[in-house]
Amino acid sequence: MPELDPAAPVEPPLIPTTTLEPVDLVAAVEGPEPEAERAVRRGRLGIGGTAALFWLFLVVALALLAPVLPIDDPNTSIASIAKQGPGTEGHILGGDGLGRDVLSRVIWGSRATLLLAVSAVLLGLILGGALGLIAGYFRGRADTGLTGLFDVLLSFPQLILAVTLVTVFAGGGVSSTRRMIVLILALGVVSIPVLGRITRASTLSWCQREFVTASRAIGARNRSIIIGEVLPNVLPAMFSIALLGIAVVIVAEGGLSLLGVGIQLPTPSWGNMIAEGRSDLRDAPHIVMVPTVAIFLTVLALNYLGDIVRARFDVRESAL
Amino acid sequence: MRLLRNGRKHVAHAEAAIHPPTGRILLEVDDLATHFNTPRGTVKAVDGVSFTLDRGRTLGLVGESGCGKSVLSRSIMGLLPSRNVTRKGMISFDGNRLDQMGPAEMRSFWGTQLGMVFQDPMTSLNPVMRIGKQITESLDFHFDMDRSEAQETALALLKSVNIPEPARRLRQYPHELSGGMRQRVVIAVALACGPKLLFADEPTTALDVTVQAQILDLLRQQQRDREMAMVLVSHDLGVVAGHTDEIAVMYAGQIVEKAPTRSLFAKMRMPYTAALLQSIPRLENPSHTRLNVIAGRPPDLIDPPSGCRFAPRCPYAQDRCREEQPPLIESDDPGHVYRCWYPVGTEAGREALERNLAADVPQAQLAVAGDASVVTGDD
Repeated sequence: MPELDPAAPVEPPLIPTTTLEPVDLVAAVEGPEPEAERAVRRGRLGIGGTAALFWLFLVVALALLAPVLPIDDPNTSIASIAKQGPGTEGHILGGDGLGRDVLSRVIWGSRATLLLAVSAVLLGLILGGALGLIAGYFRGRADTGLTGLFDVLLSFPQLILAVTLVTVFAGGGVSSTRRMIVLILALGVVSIPVLGRITRASTLSWCQREFVTASRAIGARNRSIIIGEVLPNVLPAMFSIALLGIAVVIVAEGGLSLLGVGIQLPTPSWGNMIAEGRSDLRDAPHIVMVPTVAIFLTVLALNYLGDIVRARFDVRESAL
Repeated sequence: MRLLRNGRKHVAHAEAAIHPPTGRILLEVDDLATHFNTPRGTVKAVDGVSFTLDRGRTLGLVGESGCGKSVLSRSIMGLLPSRNVTRKGMISFDGNRLDQMGPAEMRSFWGTQLGMVFQDPMTSLNPVMRIGKQITESLDFHFDMDRSEAQETALALLKSVNIPEPARRLRQYPHELSGGMRQRVVIAVALACGPKLLFADEPTTALDVTVQAQILDLLRQQQRDREMAMVLVSHDLGVVAGHTDEIAVMYAGQIVEKAPTRSLFAKMRMPYTAALLQSIPRLENPSHTRLNVIAGRPPDLIDPPSGCRFAPRCPYAQDRCREEQPPLIESDDPGHVYRCWYPVGTEAGREALERNLAADVPQAQLAVAGDASVVTGDD
């Protein structure tokens, strides 16, 4: 055992005096993360996000500008271009079975499809969101009742529920406006439980935060706490699910059209273009392919953006 | 203008419902019990607490985590959830029976009469609302102030809690401020409507040690300036020592010792208080001195021990302690009460400890190993 010498130089302290460089432990263990994945995880747009945003912007802009665009009338038949493929003179995407311009129909079709999808999800967002906020904030009986309602709505086969609603309230031979309104209501009702549950879950977790109690402690009313304190925090979760919801409704419209209860002809929609084009699938596949690709890209873009929004705001609930 | 007058009238009406101030006593709590009904059984978080608080005075509530101090303050404020909570006993605030009021009636007290500063400034401010809005909100609820008036009041409040560049802060979000700044904002929010009683629920626990003293001094100064009464909740005897007139020590849902601050530190009687004090690390100790801990954990509040609730952990505990719960006993000092059969610093206590040491009771040995002077009670 060494003697302790009071004159011996003092050992330097074990604490390092230089600041340590922060080490990315995840990167050290798993290797660098692919740039794209990292972008999504951090909620940055990245190349995919930018492309998705660009596509959606393009679709929405074309839909809004359809009446002023230099395109043919979507319902005028030109016999010479019937079933002609893409690249036909003056009709870059060709003509459909009745000789209508496919480009024009897909642009006009996006109006009906997007109107339906956005309105239905907005309806679900407002009703489901309100019910979810009430259930999550008040809990107790309100919660039990509303969660029960969501469960009942969810346990219905949704497509069949929508088909039934449309058949009963807007069966064959109604105006396309009426069909549209009923479709919006039907698909809106179907999306209520999904959006309601997400909102409820997010509300529950935010209501645990002290600032809700703090707000009560300064004399805020329930209504102003729900609208002023909870809702702004819950909105990102609702928004990211709503994006995915729009994608689901676009696909659902295609399904309903195939069953003959989609958006009423002659108003074009992506769904009824596919439904109509089925018979010519062998000779003129482009009639089906063009709206299919439009649906595919739009749904992909919405899902991708939904993921980015979710990562950005760290919503833990899984989608749909 | 007409709107403003109506607003004033509305406020006057709201305040007419609140009894006018009477007497010296601001808050009187008698035999308050707050129980939570859980699937495992009834958790008796607060179990028979009585105390009074005079106007403009500060009471410290001290105890370990889970001893019921936060629940007590929230129970008095009426901020606990309504489901699965039973509250019994009397709460009188300025002559108003708070225990008989529902949330709708309490709303006229919250903010203007009773205020609360929360533990964690990271979670007690809304992350998506500007500081200014969070402060003016309560002014908006209670006084029908117009916007510029509310803004000016908010600015004055931020100045009074010593926030630099207050005008800029009003437009900032909570994440742009440091922890200490945020707690100052929380204090400003709580003070906005000039409450007569402020509950500060561990206001410094989530803060840096260097900031703690500043926040405590700020609370003290505001409390004096506004002649406001304050209940300061803390697990740290050191925190409450310099900032309170009176201290109540809580253990397992009960007050186990209550005394004017000076008297408590001079002549503490309850072994639990002594153990709490002993567990504060001392500056004069050499580094790497083993910290003194209180052996064991607070009891299960569903089924608390039948005798003295501290008995299983107490270095002084005798058979009597395990069988019979001591009442609050008055000591020689005025206002000093404690709950112990063998109090620290008395002959009975000394003998009890010696008996336990002789019998090799681990709690007693641990306590003596820590600091004999505290345990044997050098008066």
